[in-house]
Amino acid sequence: MTATMDDPVLVVDKLTKTFSSRTAYSDVTFSVGRGEVFGFLGPNGAGKTTTVRSLGTLITPTSGKATVAGLALNAENAVEIRKRIAIMTEAPGLYGRLSVTENLKYFVGLYHLPDGEQRIKKALEAVNLTDRAQDICSSLSKGLRQRVGLARTLLNDPEILFLDEPTSGLDPVAARGVHDLITGLRDRGVTIFFTTHRLAEAEALCDRVAILNTTLRTIGRPSELREQLFNRGLVVITAAPLADPARVFTGLPGVQSWESDPTGGYRLAVSDPAVAAPEVVRALVHAEADVLSVGESRHSLEDVYLELVNEDVEANQR
Amino acid sequence: MSAIRAFQAVRSGRIDSHRVRAVLRKEVTDYRRNRFVLGTMTVLPILFLVNPIINIFTAPTTVSHTALDARVGSTMLFMLLVPVILPATISATSIVNEREQGTLEPVLTTPVRSEELLIGKALAALIPAVAIAYTMLGIFLLMVKLFAHQQVADATLEGPRILAQVLFIPLLAGWAIWAGLAVSVRANDVRVAQQLGTLASLPPLAITALMAFNVITPSFRVAVLFAVGLLLLDVMAYRLIAPMFDRERLITARGAK
Ligand SMILES: Nc1ncnc2c1ncn2[C@@H]1O[C@H](COP(=O)(O)OP(=O)(O)OP(=O)(O)O)[C@@H](O)[C@H]1O
Ligand SMILES: [Mg+2]
Repeated sequence: MTATMDDPVLVVDKLTKTFSSRTAYSDVTFSVGRGEVFGFLGPNGAGKTTTVRSLGTLITPTSGKATVAGLALNAENAVEIRKRIAIMTEAPGLYGRLSVTENLKYFVGLYHLPDGEQRIKKALEAVNLTDRAQDICSSLSKGLRQRVGLARTLLNDPEILFLDEPTSGLDPVAARGVHDLITGLRDRGVTIFFTTHRLAEAEALCDRVAILNTTLRTIGRPSELREQLFNRGLVVITAAPLADPARVFTGLPGVQSWESDPTGGYRLAVSDPAVAAPEVVRALVHAEADVLSVGESRHSLEDVYLELVNEDVEANQR
Repeated sequence: MSAIRAFQAVRSGRIDSHRVRAVLRKEVTDYRRNRFVLGTMTVLPILFLVNPIINIFTAPTTVSHTALDARVGSTMLFMLLVPVILPATISATSIVNEREQGTLEPVLTTPVRSEELLIGKALAALIPAVAIAYTMLGIFLLMVKLFAHQQVADATLEGPRILAQVLFIPLLAGWAIWAGLAVSVRANDVRVAQQLGTLASLPPLAITALMAFNVITPSFRVAVLFAVGLLLLDVMAYRLIAPMFDRERLITARGAK
């Protein structure tokens, strides 16, 4: 299923939250389409958790508007909104004296859902915890608790699932399990809004990401963000340094500038790699260079993130 | 009036009894595995039963009718401390405890209403407290009937006195619970909550003391009148505490972490 922005399930308009003196987030505007996996990134203290809490009706924004699962975010709609969404809070918050099943049973009761046992069984299967169903929660490891917290959010078949750092503290296999779960839920049309500090995870899973640092710094598909922020480029690797690289690269169609890479090879800024690459290869062959590879240079989401967040750090130092 | 309104709220579905029961069930399961709560629930009643029994059985029978009455009254007043202190301690910690464990936030993400949560927690404190207090009263009265001196038994097994005790137990417990929950909703620290909760639960005992010490002569009329007064106090307390439940403050305020 592909997400469409024609059918947004989450619309946030100029939302701001100020605690007595500190602004948690300010003037945040974005929307999320039905069935979209939306990543919410940002450094510690950026306001991610506060945003999730606001959209989940737990705290009241200072100003701005939002629509959550088709309902205007206000006190009157709070109970109905909470029926339609689920939030995995930053800390799993389980009752230590209760078993995994008893914890989930309590939440089935709080949601007032039919077929409780069936739901609990399915939720535990989804997070691979069936064999720990009767364990007392205080005896579980951090990662297992995290998974119980995740299972808890599946009980009410939410339209929107908010996950606040769902993979923090998980081992790579368990994190992969969570990724698979997110993909599976997306395929069933569930909208997923999740915060994370793992940028590779966001890049792999998210249809779109937003980077928050009190204000929204950017939003878009990971690939778009890379292109917006960085010039597109080619990386040329040769067996031996070129005798006169300037003569080879200067003036080629589509090549804007070039530089030698300190680690060997050359970096070329190009307008369109598809146009420039054949020209570059021809020029290299003409210069009788031993070409090992010509490829598009890749910037990761991490590069985008660091670039934006460092800009903010520098701006604050000034 | 507000009792009727509360009932209407239940009828109209504003308060979902299913959710209240879910809270109650979870609380009871949790208490049953909590050594501190279990310990308090066993030790306190034994302590507060042994003392009255000794007090009654050592009562001199040669004293005046009034002196004997006063002794019986104070003994029974003493027993009322259990349905006050016990639920006050439990309810005073019940919310601040959840904040400390981090379990409150997930609960508040569900459709549960503040009132449902509060009533569920209140019942979880009320039911064991009342059950324990009635059991204590039953044992006490039985002992008096079977083994006490006739004169003492006559002074104790008086209709108005027993009726007052039976009515006051749940009503005093009700007050103690709302007072405890009010403290729990505002407090940032479990220990402080416990102490404040116990303190706040005691004032209504003063009213019943008037009767115990025969400042007001116990009669059916007086017992029922006092009970109605207490009931109004309970309902008022509930009305006051529900709006005190401020989700945002409970989740974000510093202290309980
Ligand atoms: N109750 C509060 N009172 C005052 N300031 C608060 C309160 N809660 C949060 N803040 C502040 O708001 C800002 C945003 O906090 P938030 O927890 O939303 O950040 P975050 O992006 O989730 O960070 P992290 O990645 O560390 O989880 C922080 O500066 C934080 O100190
Ligand atoms: Mg956070």
